[in-house]
Amino acid sequence: MGGSQSTTSIASLSVLNKPLLGPWHSGTQALCGPECRDKPFDQTNNYFIMNSTTASSPTTVEGLHPAKKKFTYNPNQVAHTLDKLGLGYFSPIARLIGRDEPSKQVKAITQNTLLPVLAFIIVLLAWQYCAGTVKTDSQKIPSPAETWVAWKDMLAFSAAEKSKEKDYYQSLNERVANYKTMAFQARDSGNVSRAESIEKRISKENAKVYQGTTTFFDQIGISILTIAVGFLIATLIAVPLGILCGLSPLVNTALNPLIQLFKPVSPLAWFPIVFVFTTWGIDQPPAASIWQRALFTSAGVVTLCSLWPTLVNTAVGVAAIDKDHLNVAKALKLGWFKRIWKIVLPSSLPLIFTGLRVSIGVGWMVLVAADMMSQNQGLGKFVWDMYQNGDTASTAQIIIAVLFIGAIGFMLDRIMLVFQRLVTYEEQSI
Amino acid sequence: MSYFECIHLGKTYKTPKGDAVIVEDFNLKIDEGEFVCIIGHSGCGKSTVLSMVAGLNEISDGTVVLGEREINGAGPDRGVVFQAPCLLPWMTAYENVMLGVDQVYYHASKPERRQVATYYLTMVGLAGSMHKRPDELSGGMRQRVGLARAFALSPRMLLLDEPFGMLDKLTKFELQQVLLDLWNRERLTAMMVTHDVDEAIYLADRIIMMTNGPAAGIGDILSIKFNRPRDRSEIMNTELYYEYRDHLITFLEERSAHRPTKVA
Repeated sequence: MGGSQSTTSIASLSVLNKPLLGPWHSGTQALCGPECRDKPFDQTNNYFIMNSTTASSPTTVEGLHPAKKKFTYNPNQVAHTLDKLGLGYFSPIARLIGRDEPSKQVKAITQNTLLPVLAFIIVLLAWQYCAGTVKTDSQKIPSPAETWVAWKDMLAFSAAEKSKEKDYYQSLNERVANYKTMAFQARDSGNVSRAESIEKRISKENAKVYQGTTTFFDQIGISILTIAVGFLIATLIAVPLGILCGLSPLVNTALNPLIQLFKPVSPLAWFPIVFVFTTWGIDQPPAASIWQRALFTSAGVVTLCSLWPTLVNTAVGVAAIDKDHLNVAKALKLGWFKRIWKIVLPSSLPLIFTGLRVSIGVGWMVLVAADMMSQNQGLGKFVWDMYQNGDTASTAQIIIAVLFIGAIGFMLDRIMLVFQRLVTYEEQSI
Repeated sequence: MSYFECIHLGKTYKTPKGDAVIVEDFNLKIDEGEFVCIIGHSGCGKSTVLSMVAGLNEISDGTVVLGEREINGAGPDRGVVFQAPCLLPWMTAYENVMLGVDQVYYHASKPERRQVATYYLTMVGLAGSMHKRPDELSGGMRQRVGLARAFALSPRMLLLDEPFGMLDKLTKFELQQVLLDLWNRERLTAMMVTHDVDEAIYLADRIIMMTNGPAAGIGDILSIKFNRPRDRSEIMNTELYYEYRDHLITFLEERSAHRPTKVA
């Protein structure tokens, strides 16, 4: 409690005047006359000042600039942030860099690393064993080594495909440039009809798009795009509907049977119905466009399967909102929209995001099946095509795809986890 | 007509076994700028009276008149301080106060509204912590925010429902001082529910003693004649303080069970 700080408090306070009056006071009446503005803090009020100095941060009354912080590496803080981002695995490393109990961190790192590596090795051995044992006349489980070769082939194929595409566009550009000079020369020599026909050919060439094979990595991209579309639609439907269900027992009563009925339906059963809708509602775009009709069919199936967890969680979160918080809204007479936006939504966000996290997991699982049926160019179609090929190399590629599907699903879950942690506030104890 | 008046105020809950009468025929007049404490045993219905005045609990019988108008539901013309601070945990102290300020001073500019919130947070001693969220504040600091939020509304009436009931004795003393200082500046009409006899004597102009439920009502009224501003140690050194204290404790221990047939 430094004396110098308490003087800043007084100085900053004397700037403040008792400001406005509420609308129910007649305009001229002032509750606090100038006499009490002049001496905001006397001896008996001393504890105010003491309290404001106990706070570690500088006074943030307007007009005073808080002191600039000097950057220092705080291992504890970095580790905490990593934990919050779902990267708790790296927090011992961050602590080790900051020399925070090094021996403990080394032990944690070895433990965190050794055990998963051990489990991984066991799975590899089991896989190797299966590869030698599980065989039919036409097929067998590829060994880890064969799978590795298949992975290299996939990389090579994708690189070759990319360079082919590049070559294609290069030659196309050269041709167009040639045509342009020809057209220029024709115009120069006064042959207008020839110039026009050449220009027509240029625009035809420009409209051409490379018709190559979709690579594995393109298909990953399409899959992510599809789930993004499906998940976005699901969220836009589920959150508002969930809020309505949570707020109004009537809406809840009306919708609950439907929710319970549709929640357990398999994506494969939804597919034909969604297919009818997209075929009716969406014109088939040109082959080069990424917004294929099949993409929307898959996205629609994802939507129908993934909206339920969010809907149910949102409804529960809204219905379980603290009565004290609603009383605050009531006592302040907040309007309907403000009540939703400032009280209901923030207080149910943690549960909404729990629902969203479950939803995106469900959506990703559903997507592979939906892609197989709708022939959307995603990972599901990749798996399906490889299955149709039926040789060992294809099975190896399916194993690669399985690993990628798992890894991407895990990543999506982590992303949602970070959001979930960001919106979760600590509950106050009193 | 008084500034504030409860006329035959009553609360009845319908139960399968018939009506449960919590409060019956509660009549009280409060002048503008008066500080009134309601004291009584736990569960006697004093909080019910306050929440009916606040508009958070429906009125079964009678009416409440405030500033020549009958109250109809809750509204920011009454600043309520709850027993739990009831801060919104996803907002900072400043935002919590601003929520009410925005609602009341909708006609004011943003800098003016910001000034109101900053002023009251500074007044309760939170100038340095106003951008902290409730989970970073101690219980006492949270209740300071609660006080700032109520006073920042510039309400017609202040309603306090055992605001310091959950705090330890030292913090309680500090916060009573904060409350009294703010009140001395603004002289809002205040109604406070408490079961702490010393708190009531220190703060109130008048203490309303409520009889035990069911069908609770006013048992006795005691005027506290200490001058303002009051000094705690000074008033505690007077004979009168202990007379008041005896009066209240005797009521709570011996007389609160019987409702007098006629209220003075």
